[in-house]
Amino acid sequence: MKHIKTISGSNLKNTLAKGGCGECRTSCQSACKTSCTVGNQKCENR
Amino acid sequence: MSNKERIHKYILNNKNIVLDINSGSVHLVDDVVYDILDYYENHTLEEIISFLKDRYDEKNIIEAYKEIMILEKEGVLYSEESDISNLKYNEENVIKALCLHVAHDCNLRCSYCFASQGDFKGDRSLMTLDVGKRALEFLIENSGNRRNLEVDFFGGEPLMNFDLVKELVKYGRSLEGEHNKNFRFTITTNGILLDEDKMDFINENMDNVVLSLDGRKEINDKMRKTISGDGSYDIILPKFQEMANKRGDKDYYIRGTFTSYNLDFSKDALDFYDKGFKKISIEPVVTSPDMDYALREEHMEQILKEYEDFSKEYIKIKKKDKDFLFFHFMIDLKQGPCLIKRAIGCGAGSEYMAVTPQGDLYPCHQFVGNEDFKIGNVFDGVSNTKIREEFKKANVYNKDKCRNCWARFYCSGGCHANAYNYHKDIMKPYEIGCEMEKKRIECAISILANMEE
Repeated sequence: MKHIKTISGSNLKNTLAKGGCGECRTSCQSACKTSCTVGNQKCENR
Repeated sequence: MSNKERIHKYILNNKNIVLDINSGSVHLVDDVVYDILDYYENHTLEEIISFLKDRYDEKNIIEAYKEIMILEKEGVLYSEESDISNLKYNEENVIKALCLHVAHDCNLRCSYCFASQGDFKGDRSLMTLDVGKRALEFLIENSGNRRNLEVDFFGGEPLMNFDLVKELVKYGRSLEGEHNKNFRFTITTNGILLDEDKMDFINENMDNVVLSLDGRKEINDKMRKTISGDGSYDIILPKFQEMANKRGDKDYYIRGTFTSYNLDFSKDALDFYDKGFKKISIEPVVTSPDMDYALREEHMEQILKEYEDFSKEYIKIKKKDKDFLFFHFMIDLKQGPCLIKRAIGCGAGSEYMAVTPQGDLYPCHQFVGNEDFKIGNVFDGVSNTKIREEFKKANVYNKDKCRNCWARFYCSGGCHANAYNYHKDIMKPYEIGCEMEKKRIECAISILANMEE
């Protein structure tokens, strides 16, 4: 494409199939302790 | 929901950035696409050409329009929201993480301490081995099929009860094999009591260590005072530098708090970097709005600009030093969490709980000391299931303010404790926190866009 560069073409809908396993880290636990930020976590079920 | 709310676009750090809210896709676009997107859903191509023909030639507009159409067809632009309104979350009430308050006592007297200088408004006390062991057993018993279990040693100041920490790590490891579990231990400390033995133990046994300090000496010493009222910086800094050095490849964060007294907090992050720290977190203070050091609406313009200015500096440093990390500018666009995790948020009160020295359970460390939120204890389990259910329902689909917010799948509804502190209602997000979080997400994505080059 000439006008658009996609830097992440992910589709969250695709994560519904096997999502919600809960093996990922508790978002607030290990660094911030005061502000929930989930988008910077890694999925541990790939 | 109208199409307009399916994308969020902004310009930052020389990039035109378009987020597709529901798919999580991110696109960098040129000016013509950026401008077409203002009209795309509600106007025909012919109309758009007439609107923009003074700025772009027709061929260019048609070409850009076609590219937008392709991405829309692929489901990565203007994508519809998945219907998970009947979201079932943690029906088995599995618990995977505990914050162990091993010491409700502290050897500092920080002015802004949410824990009332360490005692959480109760008597100063240390957790016993009996309570600590029971907490680990309680976690295993309630963890269902989850293999990875997290335990953060917290306080007050956990190094004031470090013998217990050592015993509990040993006990936890002894339980792992039999139950097929993996404990990830972490610790959050002010560093006053750090010595070589403790550092070695932490390095051998803890997945992460959070080192509390506020950045520049004068900023730190204004808020973080010793019991005798002196500044704590000179005692702590050398110990943290040694700790960070010894850490090697293992995770650590040096973590500061910013208040209305240091709205120029990027200077504190950069001061940490100058002092040799690479993994840095500087967080907004959590307190009631009537405190002098609280962050208020009148500070927002400066805070948001501070994040933007810091993101520019961050890109420059990051291009030379890839190990430099600011917690709130980290974002994972490719391997990030699933939609369900993004909808639910931190899991406090359900998957995550805090344990007091007496063994009482609270939804998270921020609620400890507020009896209304006591949900049980590690000996008898969860008794106040009403509170647990309330926390389980506090997701981005049920909170009015999150429902249509573009950032909902990045921040996941925000911090329950912040919401409660400001509105006495965990369903009503703390607006100042929302504004800061949105800016941090914009900055984080613009940083990634610049690093792609």
